[in-house]
Amino acid sequence: MFGYAGKILRVNLTERKFKFEDLNLELAKKYIGGRGLASKIFMDEVDPNVEPLSPENKLIIATGPLTGTPVPTGGRYMVITKSPLTGTIACSNSGGYFGAELKAAGLDMIIFEGKAESPVYVAIEDDKVEIRDASHLWGKLVSETTDELKKEYGDKSKVLCIGPAGEKLSRIAAVMNDYDRAAGRSGVGAVMGSKNVKAIVVKGSKGIKLYDKEKVREVARNKTKMLRENGVTGEGLPTYGTAVLVNIINEHGIFPVANFQRAYTEHADKISGETMTREILVRKNPCYGCPIACGRWIRLKDGREVGGPEYETLWAFGADCEVYDINAIAEANYWCNEYGLDTISTGPTIAAAMELYEKGYIKDDEIEKDGYSLKFGDAEAVVGWVKKIGAREGFGDKMAEGSYRLCESYGVPELSMSVKKQELPAYDPRGAQGHGLEYATSNRGGCHVRGYMISPEILGIPQKLDRFSLEGKAEWVKTFQDLTAVIDSLGLCLFTSFALGAQDYVDLVNAVCGTDYTAETLLEVGSRIYTLERLFNLKAGIDPKEDKLPKRLLEEPIPEGPSKGHVHKLSELLPKYYDVRGWDDNGYPTKETLQKLGI
Amino acid sequence: MIKVKLFATFREGRQKEVNFDYFEGITGRFIINKLNIKEKDVAIFLVNGLDGKLDDPLSDGDVISLFPPVGGG
Repeated sequence: MFGYAGKILRVNLTERKFKFEDLNLELAKKYIGGRGLASKIFMDEVDPNVEPLSPENKLIIATGPLTGTPVPTGGRYMVITKSPLTGTIACSNSGGYFGAELKAAGLDMIIFEGKAESPVYVAIEDDKVEIRDASHLWGKLVSETTDELKKEYGDKSKVLCIGPAGEKLSRIAAVMNDYDRAAGRSGVGAVMGSKNVKAIVVKGSKGIKLYDKEKVREVARNKTKMLRENGVTGEGLPTYGTAVLVNIINEHGIFPVANFQRAYTEHADKISGETMTREILVRKNPCYGCPIACGRWIRLKDGREVGGPEYETLWAFGADCEVYDINAIAEANYWCNEYGLDTISTGPTIAAAMELYEKGYIKDDEIEKDGYSLKFGDAEAVVGWVKKIGAREGFGDKMAEGSYRLCESYGVPELSMSVKKQELPAYDPRGAQGHGLEYATSNRGGCHVRGYMISPEILGIPQKLDRFSLEGKAEWVKTFQDLTAVIDSLGLCLFTSFALGAQDYVDLVNAVCGTDYTAETLLEVGSRIYTLERLFNLKAGIDPKEDKLPKRLLEEPIPEGPSKGHVHKLSELLPKYYDVRGWDDNGYPTKETLQKLGI
Repeated sequence: MIKVKLFATFREGRQKEVNFDYFEGITGRFIINKLNIKEKDVAIFLVNGLDGKLDDPLSDGDVISLFPPVGGG
């Protein structure tokens, strides 16, 4: 067995028992690992109609075959479960160091079943596994939990945990690792909380067997060189982090402002990567085995040094709430990490509340006691609301359910800028048609990293596409979604795709695992994974009519800026997309397609 | 007048914004040459927020945005 550790840890929380199982290599070849293989296992074991926060739901922490190997960016792990936010299958990814450590302990994945009677954490030191009482950790912030476990298991141990938001079942709660890295999206932290699992601490000393050591060294060196010599992964991202996008997206007029009411602001530079680098950056904060090092380490206004905000976060608490104060955004980001909240859902939920207030749906007496306003532009209030959401206090309790449920409770769900109840990220699709199609068809609801069409439509990678045109976009979206499913499942970072193409991933996986994938067969695996996830959603009762965008983006033209006058033309793109996928006119995969993909 | 906005590494050793007097036939290429920016380093060239071509003549009042290779997500 090469690349894979070969073992799965299954933890039955109800019975407080665990066992090791062998990895099914044949199935692994068909679904790679990580996102793909875990989704397959999840679907085989869990009823799609399961209530996400019930003991019958399962939670899988999965690595890929390249996680923990010498391959550049090979530090990723994924959380697979049924989402309490969207009701779809969820796969949230994270970097940092936890994934590689789990693999070093000899595990490809952990499957959690049932629900512990009282809070527990799981300690793993190679083959030694303990399910231990976590009552002393319950209620603690992410840094406190991590510090405490590291004190007990040593500084080299790696910690994954939830914060108070996950414990309190917030539908926008994240699973956190290594203090400030997040498997952020789709409320996976709430599922962990519903099972009474506070944390996993892991220490590993096993090696990973490589099929061809020499070849792995050579291929890894070669791909690292490609990453270093590429303008994006070798200079743009290392220098400014993902925050470099603030000005680019704004200059194209697709930087959503005030809950997507506008798409351009004169103030973007105040919260840009350029400004962050000049004013608050301390150093880079790289993940395991990564030559890109886009993560940031910054200084808060009070002098504390912590993980810094990503592009999406700068937008979420910034332009979306009309806050152009980089220090306030950094603080909101910090509190999200401490409470274990997804920044991409938290900021837009506050922004939606601000629009509800602006339009008179939320009245002053509902928020008076909290002491924070819901006025666009109130930086102090945004930081305050993050803490209220994390603790589910006052009006924050309502917001902890996410923007869709919040807006729905006032009878105006259309004011939630979400797809399948998950908040959209930082790109207005009215000025990037392919990206909008990707939002509408993402298997985990509103999301930019299932098929990042901003790359060809805005950044010109691997080639420049006309962002307003519909031509060829369905095909591009499919290819990007399939390739992304492959990269996730391998355990690599999506950012490698700015510099690497399908054949490069083939080179890497074949050298490590001794497989015989070609670019074609590897992309077919991607397509298989994507279609499998789709099947889960259909069985879970997610109507294909939910492949849609918020009404605002379809009907209200962007009012000002470089993309002025545009709406999204989803109805023209969707039939073509179904066709390219081999799905019928109603969005269901055909028998022939399933047969062809071997599902 | 043509307003030129510079971003990311293009700001190193330069201003964030530079104004050029308009004259008939002025192009993006003229501007990047004056700014000492190599064509191969220009990944995104926008005229009023839309993709532009370096050799197309500009109009008085145009706003140019220049980016080196950048990405994120």
